[in-house]
Amino acid sequence: MDRPGGLSHRRMQSVPKIRFRDTQIEMAHGAGGKASRRLVEGLFVPLLGDPSAGPLGDAAHVRMNGTRIAITTDSFVVKPLRFPGGSIGELAVNGTVNDLAVSGARAETLVVTYILEAGLPTEILEQEVRAMAAAARRAGVTIAGGDTKVVEHGKADRMYISSCGIGRLIDGIEVSPQSVRPGDRVLISGPIGDHGITILLARGELDLEAEICSDTRPVLPLIEAMAAVAAPGIRWMRDPTRGGVATSLNELALDCGLGICLAEERIPIHDSVRGACELLGLEPMHIANEGQFLAVVAPEFADAALAALQSAPGGQAAAIIGEVRAQPAGTVLVSTLYGGTRVIDMLVGDPLPRIC
Amino acid sequence: MRFVDEFREPELIHKAAQEIRRLTDPQRHYRLMEVCGGHTHAIYRFGLKDLLPPNIELIHGPGCPVCVLPMGRIDDGLSMTEDPDVIFTAFGDMMRVPGTHGSPLEYKARGADVRIVYSPADALKLAQNNPDRHVMFFAIGFETTAPSTALTLMRARTLGIRNFSVFCNHVTIIPAIRAILDSPDMRLDAFIGPGHVSTVIGCRPYEWIARHEGKPIVVSGFEPLDMLESIVMLLRQLREGRVEVENQYKRVVPWEGNRAALKAMAEVFQLRPYFEWRGMGFISQSALRLRDSFADFDAEQRFRIPGVRVTDPKAAQCGEVLKGVLKPNQCKLFGKECTPENPVGALMVSSEGSCAAYYNYEHRKARWDGPPGLSVVSGG
Repeated sequence: MDRPGGLSHRRMQSVPKIRFRDTQIEMAHGAGGKASRRLVEGLFVPLLGDPSAGPLGDAAHVRMNGTRIAITTDSFVVKPLRFPGGSIGELAVNGTVNDLAVSGARAETLVVTYILEAGLPTEILEQEVRAMAAAARRAGVTIAGGDTKVVEHGKADRMYISSCGIGRLIDGIEVSPQSVRPGDRVLISGPIGDHGITILLARGELDLEAEICSDTRPVLPLIEAMAAVAAPGIRWMRDPTRGGVATSLNELALDCGLGICLAEERIPIHDSVRGACELLGLEPMHIANEGQFLAVVAPEFADAALAALQSAPGGQAAAIIGEVRAQPAGTVLVSTLYGGTRVIDMLVGDPLPRIC
Repeated sequence: MRFVDEFREPELIHKAAQEIRRLTDPQRHYRLMEVCGGHTHAIYRFGLKDLLPPNIELIHGPGCPVCVLPMGRIDDGLSMTEDPDVIFTAFGDMMRVPGTHGSPLEYKARGADVRIVYSPADALKLAQNNPDRHVMFFAIGFETTAPSTALTLMRARTLGIRNFSVFCNHVTIIPAIRAILDSPDMRLDAFIGPGHVSTVIGCRPYEWIARHEGKPIVVSGFEPLDMLESIVMLLRQLREGRVEVENQYKRVVPWEGNRAALKAMAEVFQLRPYFEWRGMGFISQSALRLRDSFADFDAEQRFRIPGVRVTDPKAAQCGEVLKGVLKPNQCKLFGKECTPENPVGALMVSSEGSCAAYYNYEHRKARWDGPPGLSVVSGG
């Protein structure tokens, strides 16, 4: 397919049909789950979408002067600004380059917008600019430009960052939900839920402590390691940020019209994250990640892809967690170690607002 | 992870499932009610029905505190947010429960100061940190959560805090079970008794169920092995013709309950003469209010409460589902007008509500008749 990305999901009709009926915007519309999807598909896509573009992806692929490039944008409103394992400046770089990476592109350059609240100490701003610079060096991208806006005190929560990234497509990787087939394997790059739970605990509202830090990092090196041995077998990738693994896989199941079956015991997760989720009644597969990606890989490439991931730095905990099935179509099913099964849906509502 | 993984050990679970099959009379249909919403959630989350023979039917009971709250109480609580000085606090479970003019979250999106707290103590802390505001805690729950509300109120009084109140919706479990048993369309063989509630009230209050109603009851924990073991214990009683209260959850539930918690509750609360339950109507002596000695902290006395009564939407059959007469998917609205995203009734909101649990974990599975488990990747 020529344009696997783009802000369009379904074929457009001549008159855009707005299906979004919610009367007001709520936190859930930004949580990455069902409400977000409804908003994007029901309002943004009909009015802004390009009819010739493919399904919604993490980044759009467009052709300019004969060259295909990937472009994406992302915004960061995390609270608190700094948390164990990272901060908003670092997140802004990693989140953007990861959106490009899972669309099969290597980030080249970013432009960033800082929206600052009057009264923000310069020291805090400088810290985040430095964090952004370090993250950009690590990810191998330049910051080509930017913009600054300041709003009145009380009108923003200290600092928001918006970032736009442009990347070059990696030869040999073509990802789209339509290429996914029954029998394909589902891989994850590492333990789930670290970022979301870290943010939750960092807010200090719960009297809970755990040795845990955000997983924010660029995932491109892992994707490149996997692609080196399995590029033709990589069918689909996604970084499971807001809404977690369950939401990303449910979107895939709907987009490709197939079923996804996961084996619960195969899903890597730190004990501290599991423990926090047990205590708080949260589903780990709904918790956000910032440094992991999901990949669907053709069965004949799956073992090689897994071995490559596991031998790459930071990929030791990668695992094959499930497979694609023809049935139950459009559904994600989890099997437990002792033979029970359950359906796992997209995130509904918003358990942890403002995590990225 | 300790205290969790031991109770999810596949080998032990398979043994328990085997024992259940052995004890089940294939000629007989078993109707077991799990009273507690936490059990309902666990049954679906762990896929336990897949492990049971088809003639064991699990009926979901009324033990979901969010679900049994009538809409009028939600409207009453939210009416206090009209005062801009008020910070409305509640557990996360409450936040998406619809009132007549929207859920607490929708009020928040419109500008009301609505905040999630994880315990009443957090709400009290919020009051201490905001001395020029009034913090109201919307208290819900059975005897499980009532003691922490009681202790928080005792602490508020000791500290002399003036800007804190509780809108009390605490309910008690025994009258609800009694109402279920009195319901003419309900035929049950035995009860899986509530675990968390029993940590406070103990096992003794259930003795009448065995003695006068002739139904076995086993107080159960919430892990897969706990629940299967409880079913084994119930089947043994039924097979041997015994009718007793048994305690499977001994590691947490003392037979006599938690005296300190009961004492705190007795100091702060008194029984209301009657209270309205969603779908079940008014049940006498089934809920708690603050004693007069705590009137200063009683939101119902400090604020003008409209006392709203809202009849449940006619088409919704929450009451029948709540009493276990109907399965969630037998309700006319299930999965159509009423979904977790756009809930009509509270059973579709709370993760402990049987409709939400059924919707989230089960109903699409029902359309699928493939084999459970994975052919290729489930080896571990």
